[in-house]
Amino acid sequence: MDKKPKLKVTLVTGRTIEQGAGKEYGKFSRKYGESVSTCYMDPEDMKKLAIRDRTNILVSTKYGSVVVKAAKSSRAPHPGIIYIPYGPWVNVLVDPETNSIGMPTLKGIPAEVEPAPDKPILSLEELLKQQFRKD
Amino acid sequence: MTVVKAVTCPVCGCLCDDIELTVRNGRIIKVKNGCAMCEAKFLSHASDHRPTKSMIRREGKLVEVSLEEAVRKAAEILVDASYPVLYGWSSTSCEATKVGIELCEEIGGVIDNTAVVCHGPSILAVQQVGIPSCTLGQVRHRADLIIYWGCDPWSAHPRHIERYTAFSEGRFEKSAWRTYINKVKALVGSKKIESAIRRLAIKSWEPAVARVEKSPSQYLSREGRKLIVVDVRRTKTAEMADYFIQVEPGKDYELFKAMRALIRDQEIEVDRVAGVPVEYLEDVVDVMVSCDFGAIFFGLGLTMGSAKLKNIEEAIRLTRDLNMRTKFIIMPMRGHFNVAGANIVSTWETGYPFAVDFSLGYPRYNPGETSVVDILLRKESDAALVIASDPVSNFPHKASEHLVQKPLIVIDAHMNVTASMADVFIPAAMVGIEAEGTAYRMDHVPIPLKKVVDPPEGVFSDEEILRLILSEVRKIKKERMEAG
Ligand code: SF4
Repeated sequence: MDKKPKLKVTLVTGRTIEQGAGKEYGKFSRKYGESVSTCYMDPEDMKKLAIRDRTNILVSTKYGSVVVKAAKSSRAPHPGIIYIPYGPWVNVLVDPETNSIGMPTLKGIPAEVEPAPDKPILSLEELLKQQFRKD
Repeated sequence: MTVVKAVTCPVCGCLCDDIELTVRNGRIIKVKNGCAMCEAKFLSHASDHRPTKSMIRREGKLVEVSLEEAVRKAAEILVDASYPVLYGWSSTSCEATKVGIELCEEIGGVIDNTAVVCHGPSILAVQQVGIPSCTLGQVRHRADLIIYWGCDPWSAHPRHIERYTAFSEGRFEKSAWRTYINKVKALVGSKKIESAIRRLAIKSWEPAVARVEKSPSQYLSREGRKLIVVDVRRTKTAEMADYFIQVEPGKDYELFKAMRALIRDQEIEVDRVAGVPVEYLEDVVDVMVSCDFGAIFFGLGLTMGSAKLKNIEEAIRLTRDLNMRTKFIIMPMRGHFNVAGANIVSTWETGYPFAVDFSLGYPRYNPGETSVVDILLRKESDAALVIASDPVSNFPHKASEHLVQKPLIVIDAHMNVTASMADVFIPAAMVGIEAEGTAYRMDHVPIPLKKVVDPPEGVFSDEEILRLILSEVRKIKKERMEAG
């Protein structure tokens, strides 16, 4: 068997209208959670990883890794670029360095994607527990 | 049942002030004219999940307490801290921010607003090179060329295009809506043909949507308002545009430089810049130079990449160069409805727009040192007050980690992610729905926010809560002074 396929990509974060409306319904709502734990990918890239729409994937950067759901981007073609909306999931992945101007780098971070069909996507509560352990 | 007209939407920097609300029994039941985000926010005021009681963390759990007790606890945390940060402010009124600054001065902390992680670099760039700008009204009535660069208003400022730019019906410029409709119809038609052809498995068919690799002249030669989008992805806004330039990620700076060279009639000795053929760029620059009134709107695509403020400086310089040939303005697409107001109030009170440090007794400003993410990464703060914002959802994880480890006070209308980790939580009325105030639109025009319904019982506005905390802080300080 081959080693699991991995793909080197560039991670971009940003807003989507689903995230924008979802946040107004409440940060603990399913709508918000689902909207920000989704990773939009180019269909060609998904083919390379041999994954389908709505398969779980593990995205990793120098700063951390997190399981999210892959979704076919309706904005393709943008091979090599993955897009995850702003939210607690992508925060695990972004570069905190501000280069002395107060602003972390939230777009254009080198990342790696691999299929993770048997790893679960954490719920917001679980994610927060895992990341911060405050109780 | 009453209908309230001309309500301002307290969601994004567009501050649309034409919203119509239907109110029955103190609840908003219908929202007219707004976009999806606007509707979601106005309807959320009556959500069942809304917290109405103050809470304090005891043995790891948030338990309900009286408002007085929560205010007392919050004040104690702030007085005891030697370097507290006060963060948020972009989704509350200018009046609340003003009290916040007074509070910050009283406790010798740092006050920073969310601009630091969105358009902070834009502000720094403006401080370096200035900014030729105008109001959105002028754009609406006069601009005949609109450029959205690194922003996706369709998703983040859904009514921007319709109210202020390409699709608005201006006095001197007509809406480009019809052209767009025709294009969509044509596109849908060609998509149908496309899929039919694909079903017949004809290989040589070229999809109609890949416009990047086509010369702009055929798209930009028509009369009337034109819309150009520059982005790394083909966003929804890009689909509406007359021409879309897909720039390689992180190469905006090169593109600006190339355009500036072309405006000065300089030769470019490469075939492509940032993935865009130079001959196409020449055509685009021609359109820019020959318009009557051009407007560039830029978003976080420029501020969040690695070049950050350098991108914005170049964008502004490009606008300046264009002004030698025609009239051009540039404006940042501010996200939260009053982030501009937070900067303005901060500037008129302290001299600086964000990241203001009062720890020496007078305001100091040094982004990178006094900005909240840096303070958190260096683990310097020893308490925080977060208001009308959700940093744990938005900050890099390393920064949030320190924020939640130290005593944390949260004032918010909703139980957001940060609030769920607070040590003291005080629920607030929703500004613009249950409390009035002032907010600044992205073009720095102040717009009044209305109070449409009453807040839940026992819930006060941000401004009132901050005043309570401030007077409690003063009281504690006095008590301690007297006790020696
Ligand atoms: S565009 Fe912005 S201000 Fe206007 S209705 Fe939508 S969310 Fe509200």
